[in-house]
Amino acid sequence: MSDKKFPLPAARIEPPLAPGVPSTTGFDFLTTKLDWFVQWSHKNSLWPMPFGTACCAIEFMSSVSSHYDLARFGAEVVRFSPRQADLMIVSGTITDKQAPILRKIYDQMPEPKWVISMGVCACTGGFYRAYHVVQGIDEIVPVDVYVAGCPPTPENLIYGIIELQKRIQSGDLARHREAKTYVPIRVGTDPVESLPAYSKGVMAHGRSSESGFAAMEGPVEAAKAGKGETR
Amino acid sequence: MSATLAPSAGVTFAPVLQRAFPDGAVRVEPRPAHDVPTLVATAEAFPAAARFLRDDPSTSFDLLLDLVAVDRSRLDGPPSCRGEERFQLNALLYSTKRNEHLRLRVALPATDPRLPTLVETWPASNWFEREAWDLMGIRFDGHPNLARLLTHNGFVGHALRKDYEAGQRWLCTDEDVLQTRLAAKTDLPEDVFETTTLNFGPSHPATHGTLRIVVRLDGERVVAAESECGYLHRCFEKMSETHTYTQVIPYTDRLNYCSPMINGAGYARAVEQMLGIEIPPRARAVRVVLSEFSRIMDHMVCIGANLVDVGGLTTFWYSYQAREEIYSLLEACCGARLTSSYARIGGLSMDVPANFVEWCRSLSRSVRDRIDEVDTLLTKNRILHKRMMGTGVVTKEQAIAWGFTGPCLRASGVGYDVRKDKPYDGYDEVDFDVPVATAGDNFSRFHVRMEEMRQSLRIIEQVVSRLPGGPVVSDDYRVVLPPKEMVYNEMEGLIFHFKNVFEGIQVPAGEVYSFTEGANGELGYSIVSDGSGRPYRVKVRPPCFPLFAAFEKIVVGGLVSDAVATLGTLNIIAGELDR
Repeated sequence: MSDKKFPLPAARIEPPLAPGVPSTTGFDFLTTKLDWFVQWSHKNSLWPMPFGTACCAIEFMSSVSSHYDLARFGAEVVRFSPRQADLMIVSGTITDKQAPILRKIYDQMPEPKWVISMGVCACTGGFYRAYHVVQGIDEIVPVDVYVAGCPPTPENLIYGIIELQKRIQSGDLARHREAKTYVPIRVGTDPVESLPAYSKGVMAHGRSSESGFAAMEGPVEAAKAGKGETR
Repeated sequence: MSATLAPSAGVTFAPVLQRAFPDGAVRVEPRPAHDVPTLVATAEAFPAAARFLRDDPSTSFDLLLDLVAVDRSRLDGPPSCRGEERFQLNALLYSTKRNEHLRLRVALPATDPRLPTLVETWPASNWFEREAWDLMGIRFDGHPNLARLLTHNGFVGHALRKDYEAGQRWLCTDEDVLQTRLAAKTDLPEDVFETTTLNFGPSHPATHGTLRIVVRLDGERVVAAESECGYLHRCFEKMSETHTYTQVIPYTDRLNYCSPMINGAGYARAVEQMLGIEIPPRARAVRVVLSEFSRIMDHMVCIGANLVDVGGLTTFWYSYQAREEIYSLLEACCGARLTSSYARIGGLSMDVPANFVEWCRSLSRSVRDRIDEVDTLLTKNRILHKRMMGTGVVTKEQAIAWGFTGPCLRASGVGYDVRKDKPYDGYDEVDFDVPVATAGDNFSRFHVRMEEMRQSLRIIEQVVSRLPGGPVVSDDYRVVLPPKEMVYNEMEGLIFHFKNVFEGIQVPAGEVYSFTEGANGELGYSIVSDGSGRPYRVKVRPPCFPLFAAFEKIVVGGLVSDAVATLGTLNIIAGELDR
């Protein structure tokens, strides 16, 4: 159960609660930090809400069906109602017409909630640099994990989910979120020039994610990349 | 690479036409042999010509396939291209009785291009006209609801006009136009006591994320419905104009993402027709085999997802297992599971693995087992019968009038299959049947798909048993990249490589409508070339588009739960619907 990175706190074996009452399991109670325990339970019972629009949704369906079986990672209870879900997997291109709907559904999800942007279209608009395509959903909602690929293979998506679980466990996301305030999508008929991204998540690309963590620490790295200060 | 013009090729009814329009208002345009026959009408004579073509027994073009609007202002043509004849509207027609295609063309001026609507003649033209208005700005007088279709309400301008910047976005206003429009409707039957307006989609599991329907319900019965698309309008056609011919292939994969191989092969075939090149027999055979496997994948996803929507989750796991097995073959051939980008103009990107034949044989055996399993679960299932039989009925006449093609048309009793009626890529050399049902209900559509998968396996087994050897790509280096040894060692190879990469394939100026049998029906590509390395205009004829346009008419009178089943059996793929 425990691994090097995220060790389970050692359970202290105490004497029986009352003298004369024997312990049946050998463990009567264990001590841990409440935060750690809550995060541990969050990460192991993710309820995804698939916001599937395009090709990536087909690969998402592959991920949840029998061969890849997302249930092995505690994220198989797919809910189509945002009010019952805590993880939104945006799989597919988001167009300008779809954008207000995406935001509305994100707002309907109860806290705590996370967003995985699956595929390059959701991450950056992909190769659709076009008049009707949102150039990355971080224009609209904060993103926690970006999964690259067009479409990403099921392995890649599962890697992204594991990456998210690590971040939930580390408590990193909660701090990250508190530091930012989000504004809903602007409404109007102005031509879109460039919307600043809401947040920077971590890129799941199958390699070490350490650099990804570093890049999202603060506005400094983002400013270096010419993106302006993240909101 | 030049094609000779065949005057009035294929127009057998020219004398009748001459008698009906003696003043020359409708004339035959000479076209090269690989393109469809073309008539040109003046704007005044256009509605009369349309009615004549539909009704006259010698023409009887009863099925409208597509409306293709072209902005000719950047073409290297006479000055009229920028003035009186800037826009061109092409109606692509098919005659189910005579098995012929035809293009009816009309030129429109730069300022205020408008035409009388064709909705009366071909009801299918309703949404095609809305699309032409939305993207090209052509008005249709008398249209029942000439509103934007693919782009959103806040959009300004007409995106496919040549003076529209490809990347110019507009923010979407969050007004709910559709719901208010339906709520304000007053022409409802009088016995409707109390009705509810229900919004259904676009984020709903049964609408697969991107379709939207607003229904007016009396109890559970649908009394009025309106559907909306465009939530996945990714500007395929505009993107094609800004990329070279080869670069368009990955975009085609993402049209019908349940069967990407068919799209790529269809597009490559269209460009090959314009270039006048033949592809090697091995490439042709591999395209057929993988296209048929893709067809099976598409039908599997249609049936599996449909059954999830009507409450039978189990089938989904079975049908997805077959897909996974086919994915492995595709991955071995081209390296990608879903979006293969395998076809190239002139053949294929690389050869198939050495054990391709054995793999296909064993795969076809195991896929047959999967089909049988799904068959056992469903075909004689009484619950399924109760859900599917007699619901979502489309009669033969309706199917033709609404522009249906593919399994949905065949389920209504019209046996039109491009592979049989206009064979390409060697489909005339293999033995297969075209399943046809007559009831036109949901169960017929399901049943036709089940049988089509078995026919696809028959095709695969025959083609694989005599798979030709040799190269998989043409040796015409004006079109394909020369091999690396030639590029590094010969001056000529280097030049060809450079020109292919930097300028793209130079397709001679011209126009083509090329069509293949997609998984959902006739998949057509109308391509206009100006002689440069990039397509001047690419218009896809998406098989789903007329199906979804008719959806709002099919579901009226049925229960709202039947609407879900109907949506599933029509098999709307949003990528192809919205492009």
